[in-house]
Amino acid sequence: MIRFANLYGELDSTTKTNEKVSAMVNYFANVEQADAAWATYFLAGSKLRRLVPTKLLRKWAAEEAGIPDWLFDESYQSVGDLAETISLVVPPGEVCDDAPLARWVTERMHPLGKMDEPDQRRAVIEIWRHSTPAMRLVTMKLITGAFRIGVSKRLLTRAIASHSGIPTEVVAHRLMGEWEPTAEFFQRVIDDSVDATLPSQPYPFCLAHPLDPKEGPAPLGEVEQYLVEWKWDGIRGQVIRREDSTYIWSRGEELMENRWPEIESAATQLPNGVVLDGEILAATTEGEVLPFAQLQRRIGRKKVGKKLLAEVAVVFHAFDLLERDGCDLRDQPLADRRVQLEQIVEQANHPHLRATELITQSSWGDFAETRETSREHRAEGLMLKRKDAAYDVGRVKGTWWKWKIDPFTIDAVLIYAQKGHGRRASLFSDYTFALWQDGTLVPFAKAYSGLTDAEIRKVDRFIRQNTNDSFGPVRSVTPELVMEVAFEGLQRSSRHKSGVATRFPRIVRWRHDKQPQDANSLADLMEMMPD
Amino acid sequence: MDELLRLTQHGLYCPAGDFFVDPSRPVHRAVVSHAHSDHARWGCRRYLAAKPSEQLLRLRMNADATFDFLAYGEKETVGEVKISFHPAGHILGSSQIRIEHRGRVAVVTGDYKLGDDPTCETWEPVDCDLLITESTFGLPIYRWEPNATIFAAINQWWRDSQEAGKCCVIYGYAVGKSQHLLAGLDPSIGPIFTHGAVEKANDAYRRSGVALPKTTHVGSVDGKPNWQGAMVVAVPSAHGTPWMRKFGRVSTAMASGWMAIRGNRRRRSVDRGFVLSDHVDWGSLLKAVELCDPETVWVTHGSAAVVARYLNEQGRDAKVLEGQLRREGDEDESVRGEVDP
Repeated sequence: MIRFANLYGELDSTTKTNEKVSAMVNYFANVEQADAAWATYFLAGSKLRRLVPTKLLRKWAAEEAGIPDWLFDESYQSVGDLAETISLVVPPGEVCDDAPLARWVTERMHPLGKMDEPDQRRAVIEIWRHSTPAMRLVTMKLITGAFRIGVSKRLLTRAIASHSGIPTEVVAHRLMGEWEPTAEFFQRVIDDSVDATLPSQPYPFCLAHPLDPKEGPAPLGEVEQYLVEWKWDGIRGQVIRREDSTYIWSRGEELMENRWPEIESAATQLPNGVVLDGEILAATTEGEVLPFAQLQRRIGRKKVGKKLLAEVAVVFHAFDLLERDGCDLRDQPLADRRVQLEQIVEQANHPHLRATELITQSSWGDFAETRETSREHRAEGLMLKRKDAAYDVGRVKGTWWKWKIDPFTIDAVLIYAQKGHGRRASLFSDYTFALWQDGTLVPFAKAYSGLTDAEIRKVDRFIRQNTNDSFGPVRSVTPELVMEVAFEGLQRSSRHKSGVATRFPRIVRWRHDKQPQDANSLADLMEMMPD
Repeated sequence: MDELLRLTQHGLYCPAGDFFVDPSRPVHRAVVSHAHSDHARWGCRRYLAAKPSEQLLRLRMNADATFDFLAYGEKETVGEVKISFHPAGHILGSSQIRIEHRGRVAVVTGDYKLGDDPTCETWEPVDCDLLITESTFGLPIYRWEPNATIFAAINQWWRDSQEAGKCCVIYGYAVGKSQHLLAGLDPSIGPIFTHGAVEKANDAYRRSGVALPKTTHVGSVDGKPNWQGAMVVAVPSAHGTPWMRKFGRVSTAMASGWMAIRGNRRRRSVDRGFVLSDHVDWGSLLKAVELCDPETVWVTHGSAAVVARYLNEQGRDAKVLEGQLRREGDEDESVRGEVDP
């Protein structure tokens, strides 16, 4: 466990990818496979289910530290991270239990979920007393499900490949899908003697790079070299049909079972040994794509009721074919895959499965005009994909480009602020913005990102000097700062004071040139609302 | 008690003695706890301070001022009050200021820490009726490790970096923190170099009789020496400047109490953060209050509201020193790391 805590510390204290990779390689070389499996599990972003309510952890930590609850809360406000606050406030442990990570997880953490409260309390306090502050930070992060570390899956894959000598793309494939973190699993990942693919196993998703909106697509080369499609605003998914079974995976590598019965039904029309990449969209059976808000009604439903199924149907817009007759097609040029995709979809002949429309124009200029009509098509812009390119793993630049439409923007006034978390703990970096309505400012969106560190420090100072009121951690400030806020979409919402909810709000820039009275009104925002 | 000390826009004022304690603006007569600039304000006419702080004060204050110095424990009558200085353990010459008037005693801690630091005299408790304490790190999240543990980690980092062919650069406040650091470094590992501001303070320390390991001012080095394996002690503002380029491959570290918090470590974008502070942590602040056993505590600078509330709940009469809200800006200025004086 000390090794894993040290690994966390090393990964946390450097921003250099080579150092991160070498820290992981070093870790894998020095631990048992069961530990390597758990480390892989956590570094890949998988979490233990919540084992102990955080409310209880706070209470016990305060008791163990001999401080009143309010003082724990003050400490938490200052630190901005619960696991870290606990690890700092609780007095240092008496002994250190350096059992392997796998044993810590299975013997100390997992059992917590099944205990009653007094036993939980005893077991948690024992963890604190048997760990160093570094170990305690990591265990509390694991127990509260807040373990996050700046390691991408690609970096992790690189480390395992470098540790084992197995090619990166093979490791990436073997880490896809759902698996149990066991020694056997890790052995299978780093074994070069077997083909370790399971029928349910998806391929790593090919990702697109954003096109610089100022430059446009001209630097990419000739129009003829690209296939162009709409960039859909749905759920990216992989549909696998193998051995008479269907598996639908999300981009977050979650197996989506029973959630898209229409698509499962369509998949039964596919021959075995087929894998499709595409987008799940809410759509009418006539083919008209519906707004994302409609799809949202289906998202998160583990089981879909008949009524909802009738109201919001989904269609799988396939845009790539990764496997046919059990053969991996990913090395073939996109143009060839597309031809075969159309054949497969036509043969399946199912209303809930389509090959996504290709858009043809003779110049980038014409495409620019098409892009302007994206919102009418419920699309976020265009996808430009090189016809001669293989289906790449990870972020290889230059094969798929997303040319998104410009976001909506509006000038709003900063009225509330709250301290951030993690890197921004103790700085006021989370803001609420408001728009004018009948002479008052109505809050409409929260935004956390978009300013530089230097700007955040300036805003932080402004907030400290201009606080009028505090509600718990939230400061109400003099409405003076105007910022341009961008967002992707709008929908009516009864839960918001303003009556609208924005998607992905973020700050574009600080409008030093504007006074608060120059900011936009709620009516301006309403005008942007699609019908 | 209120008539003995009161807060004015120039800082704490003692009417019975007609002087200010650590004034925030130039005044006719300043009684100064230590030589950091947020306590010893430039431009006063007359300063009274503890004798061991003489070299540092003369280094930093206006030369045309009049200086008076008292040995630790020595009493001087100023107006109707008796003033004496007692070790605060913060930096060389740092003092708690004891003010006695008609049998009542007030103590202003200035900045202070408990425990050993070979570069200054150790804090000692002073019985008083009113204690005015700082609270820079007045939250239970701050718990300093023993010096031996911290310096073992710093020296280990030095050895590891040396093995990796890197030059170590450690940042600390030029006056006080840097010398505290130097005293804990193991000079057998390699040569130690200093930033100009640090070396100036080193000279003042050495003139005051404090033993420090051999250091070389980076600016005085001729030619192109091999920096690999060396330790450079620098001020935080040097981080990321062109001055750093000459050292080649470096591993950087910050030494400050703020490094206890992960977010602060990450924001500084240094490779390592060592939790080395010259202020009291939560536990030693409470211990200090207990040992001095005052009837009343005024809490200032830092987490004053938290400390005052906690002390009240523990049955001690405590309040936030009014006007401390004004300094909230300063508090976080040092979080961001230029100063941890």
